[in-house]
Formats: sequence, C-alpha cells, structure tokens
Amino acid sequence: MKKNQWLKIGFQLAAIVLALLFTTLVLLMAGASPLQAYSNVLQGIFSSTADITNVLAAWVPLLLATAGVLITFAAGLWNIGIEGQIVLGAVFTTGALRLLQNSSLPGGWIIVIGFIAGLIGGAIWGALAGVLKTFGGVNEIFGGLGLNFVATAFALYLIIGPWGRPGIASTSGTLIFPTRLWLPTPLNVALSPWALGLGILAAILVYFLLRGTYFGLRLKAVGKNMRAAFLLGVPTWQYSMYAFLLCGALAGLAGAVQVTAVYHRLIPTISSGYGFLGLLVAMLINYQAVWAAPIALFYAALNIGGIQLPIMMKMDSSLSGVLQGILVLFVLMVEGARQQLFEKKE
Amino acid sequence: MTSMGLLISIAGILSGAAPIMFGVIGETITERAGIINLSMNGTILLSAMVGFAAAFVTGSLFLGFLAGALLGGLVALVVAFSSIALKQSQVAVGFVLAVLCLNLSYFLGHAYISQNGPSLNVLPIPVLDKIPILGILFFRQDLMTYFSFVIIFLAWFWIYRTRPGLMLRGIGERPAAAYVRGANVNRLRYIYTFLGGAIAGLAGPTFSLDVKAGWAGQLSGLDGYGWIVLSIAIFGGWNPFRAAFGVYLFSFLQWLGLVLQPVLPNIPTQVLQVAPFPLMILTLLLVNIGDAEWVQRWLASLPEGTRRVMARILRALRASPPASLGVPFESE
Repeated sequence: MKKNQWLKIGFQLAAIVLALLFTTLVLLMAGASPLQAYSNVLQGIFSSTADITNVLAAWVPLLLATAGVLITFAAGLWNIGIEGQIVLGAVFTTGALRLLQNSSLPGGWIIVIGFIAGLIGGAIWGALAGVLKTFGGVNEIFGGLGLNFVATAFALYLIIGPWGRPGIASTSGTLIFPTRLWLPTPLNVALSPWALGLGILAAILVYFLLRGTYFGLRLKAVGKNMRAAFLLGVPTWQYSMYAFLLCGALAGLAGAVQVTAVYHRLIPTISSGYGFLGLLVAMLINYQAVWAAPIALFYAALNIGGIQLPIMMKMDSSLSGVLQGILVLFVLMVEGARQQLFEKKE
Repeated sequence: MTSMGLLISIAGILSGAAPIMFGVIGETITERAGIINLSMNGTILLSAMVGFAAAFVTGSLFLGFLAGALLGGLVALVVAFSSIALKQSQVAVGFVLAVLCLNLSYFLGHAYISQNGPSLNVLPIPVLDKIPILGILFFRQDLMTYFSFVIIFLAWFWIYRTRPGLMLRGIGERPAAAYVRGANVNRLRYIYTFLGGAIAGLAGPTFSLDVKAGWAGQLSGLDGYGWIVLSIAIFGGWNPFRAAFGVYLFSFLQWLGLVLQPVLPNIPTQVLQVAPFPLMILTLLLVNIGDAEWVQRWLASLPEGTRRVMARILRALRASPPASLGVPFESE
C-alpha cells in the first residue's frame, strides 16, 4: 500500500515535469526564451500586492465554477453548459441592479438582491440543460454547448439592444454601475473580501455536501451506477436535476461576482472562460473536492501571470492556457499508464 | 434579389460549408468506430493555424492542407491512445485537447497574425460549368469545395457498401462480435480515429487557406465551429447524407441570419449568427425524444391510429448512436 502511494506521487511528479517540458518546447518553437517567459509569469503573480489580489480576485469565480462542476461530476454529468450558466447569472444580476439602481434601497441590499438574481439565473440555465437531458434524452454535453451559444447571444443582444449605452451601439459592454453598487473593496485593490468569503464558503460547503451528507452519498450513487441507484430506491432523475440546479446556482454566483466585483457592468465575455477552466481543475484534482481550493488558486495565478507575456515579450497570453491544458492531459495519461502497468488484475 | 444573385449566394453557402463538412464527416467516421473525438474545436483552430503557417512558410497550398490533416490525425490519436491503451475517459481527454489546442493555436500562431498567405483559387470544371444553374452551384467552386461534395459520397459508400465499411460499423456497434469475426478491433479503431481526425483536420486549412483566408488569432472567428461540428454529427445520425443535410441546413440558416440583418435592424448580427443553435437543440430534442420514458408512456396511452402515426414520425426522426460509442473494448 505504502509503496503504491509513493509510486502514485512519483507518476504525478513525472506528469508535472512532462507538462513543463512540453510548454518549454512550445516556447522554443515560438522562438522565445523559456526562462524569460517563466520568470515574467512568476513576476506577474508575485511582484506586487496588486498582482496577488488580482490572483485572488480571479480565484473566486474559478473556485465557484469548480465547486459547481464537482457536484455535477459527482452525479456522473458533464456540465459543459456551465459557461452559459455563468453568463445567465451575470445577465440576471445586471438586470436586477439596473431595475433597482434608481430605487431608494441601500446599495448593500441591491447587491444582495443582485446575487440572489444571479443565483436564480444560473440555476434556470442549469435546469434547462437538465430538463433537456432527463426529459428529452439530449446528452448534457450537446445541450449544454448549444445553451452556451444561446446565452452568449442573449447577453450580446442585451448589450447592444435594450441595455445599450445611450447613443452608442457597441459590443464593449453596458454602462458602468455607480460605485454604490460595487462590491466593497476596502483596501483599494481589485479584491472584495465579500467575494473571497463567498468563494471559500462555497468550496467548503460543496466539500462537506459531497463528503458528509446523505444527499451527497445518493448523488454519488447516481453518478457511479444510475440503474443500481434506481433499484435501491434513489429517485435518480430528481438527483440529476438537483445537481444541475446546484451547479447552475454556483455558476450564477460566479457571474454575479464578475458583474458586481470585477467588471461592474455586463460584457459579452463576462464568463472569461472560468467555466471550462473549472472543468479542467476538477479533472486535474480527480474530482476530489479537498484539492479544489489550492489547484484553482494555482490556475487563477497562471491566468494572471500570463497577462505579463503580451506586455513584456509581445507574445500571446494563451501560454497559461497551454500549461493549464497540457498539465491535465499528462496527469490523465500518466495516471492511466500507472494503472495499466501496476494495477492490472488485482 | 435577382435569381442570378440568389444562385451565387447558394454557391457561396455550399463553399462556405466545406470546412464544417470535413469536420462532420471526419467525426462521423470516428464515432462509427466507437470513439468520440471531443477535441474538434481545438483541432479545427490548431489545424487552421498550422495549415496556414505551413503554406505561408513553404508557399505550397498542398503542404498546408497536408499539415492540417496530419495534425488532426495526430490529435485524434491522442484520444484513441488514451482511451484504448490507457483506459481514460474519451470525453475528458477530448475536452482537454479542445482547450489545449485552442490555446496552442493562439500562442504559436501569434507570429502569423495578419500575414498575407496563399489562398485557394476558384477552379471551374470545363464544360460542366456551362450547365445552367448547376454549373454555378456545383462546378465553379474551388478544389476543397469539390472535395467536400465528393467526401459525402465516399464516406457513405465506404460505410454502407464495402466490406471494410461493414467491419467499421461492426466495431462501433458490437465490437465483441466483430472480434469473433476476426477483426482487430483496437487496431481498426486507431486507424479510423486517425482517418476521421485527418479529414476533420482539413477543416482548419479550408478556413485559413480558403473560406476565411488568413490567420487572425482570436479574431479569426473560428472558435465555436468545433462544437457546432459535434452537434451536427449527432444530428446527422452517423449517416453521411443526413450529416451533410445538417451541415447545409446550418450554413443556410447562418446565411439567412446575415440576409435578414437589414430587415431586422434592431437585432445585431452576432445574435442572428447564433440563430441555428436553438434550432440545433430543438432538432437534437426531436432526434432523441422518442427514446424518453415519458414519451413511450404517452405514446402507449394514445388511441391506436394516432399512436401508430406518432410512433412512425418519432422513429423517422430518431437517430441511435453506434451501440458501443465511447465504450472501450477488451478482448478477454
């Protein structure tokens, strides 16, 4: 047993080394100095308080998305539609803020209502993928992909049309909200402690939901073997729907954070790819909720560090995406190789 | 619009659909063999970038398309290897590759943005291009558009009319039975995944060297096509003709979105461009709903005559996937 543990760690380290080698090779192919690129990325993460708070600000929506897909993965579902769920959350939040911004309600209350609206918006979009799956037989991957496009188009329509800035037909975004509708950032940095608290709370709740509750146990039973779960009396389709609703709600909160704490308006790319990134993080941690927070933090840091590349080296910032992707690929493949080599016929 | 203008528009739809056609036919072949290659979105972007770069550097269009096809095949092999040899989830590996290849294309393609590269010219087919109507539609296109027509028939013929095609269907439906009949299931799956990936890999260069000539990084507007391809492959029910119908329907709807733009000035172009997606979801719903339990129950409750008609309609719409799609095969 102990030997196997060490072997597993050794293989995972090998995967990390391979991923770094691959990324270095990619950098050499692009004619760049790998050392310079890596040091630029690291500097972009650690060189100032602003960088570190930026990383934490990116961590929040990623953590919410990761926590969400951990629930759907537990139920055996591939919620690729999470991108659209984030967008719908952002749309609902924006709608609520617009509706109430001229009311006499205190800003704090409006923000809270905005978050609830975002939660509902995401949950609705998640439920839609769930209904298509459970009642229409449409695989959640393809239903979700279609719904992602629809959500983005809907946001675009609102931005150019009904919610457009007066006099300008621009896809750049809606009018910026007055600062009283911004999530408070007391230290004068991009990070709101409220958002940070929300993200951490969500990760902890999902960890305990999946680990220590009856609900989580039944959810995992549905994910492992739907038929067996059904025969044992678990209401299977209801549990699939719960998973979609919960994941959509968390994604919707991520959208609400993007609107109230990051952009302070609705933009077409409001999801910033955090949904797909959340799926990657969940795969990398082998769906173990304990690791969600640290690995999501690492991926958020890569996102922020990558921003330095276009500035310092005139390269595309997608190097971060390359490293994020290849790391998951090698971890999956190396883990597969380990199982094939050392765990055959137990 | 004049009738001539309309004909030219339709000819444009046909050539504009060529890249999607390669993607969909490639994916159809791969899935027929029982493997889902979910990497399509990344494959198309990276093959577009690599194809453009290869043609730009060598000055040879042929090498550009070849590079795209090889890259598509290679990415597909990673899916096949991870699934067959390493027993990893095809969906997981495919999804990671979709994200990875997209980022690779943006990163490595940075140097080629807005470069003037070669592009494919129209190549009218002598004599045939003089046929009224048909000449404009089918015989005044470029080489890859012709190939996109031909490949529909080739794929259909291979799958349904040849012995190896029978084996191909066999390894996707009942690999155990095919194995007993002497097929080397996993080797065939490698071959067909590579082949399907290579055909799909033509989609990228067909964009970057033909339909949307050039490479513009994130502004190329190719992000998303791979997901469309996957949806149409399902809609196509793993039959090349039905898949081709799906491709042209999608392209037609996108074109319609552009044409309707002046009529509906309040709706931005980007919104009309996604009009096919709700329809896509709807068709996927129609294709699959016949299998849903509540529909079966509802059907059973209908009076005999209506029930038979409804059941027939649903059956005609229905498309069932190869029975072993996504399921790894082990001989013991």
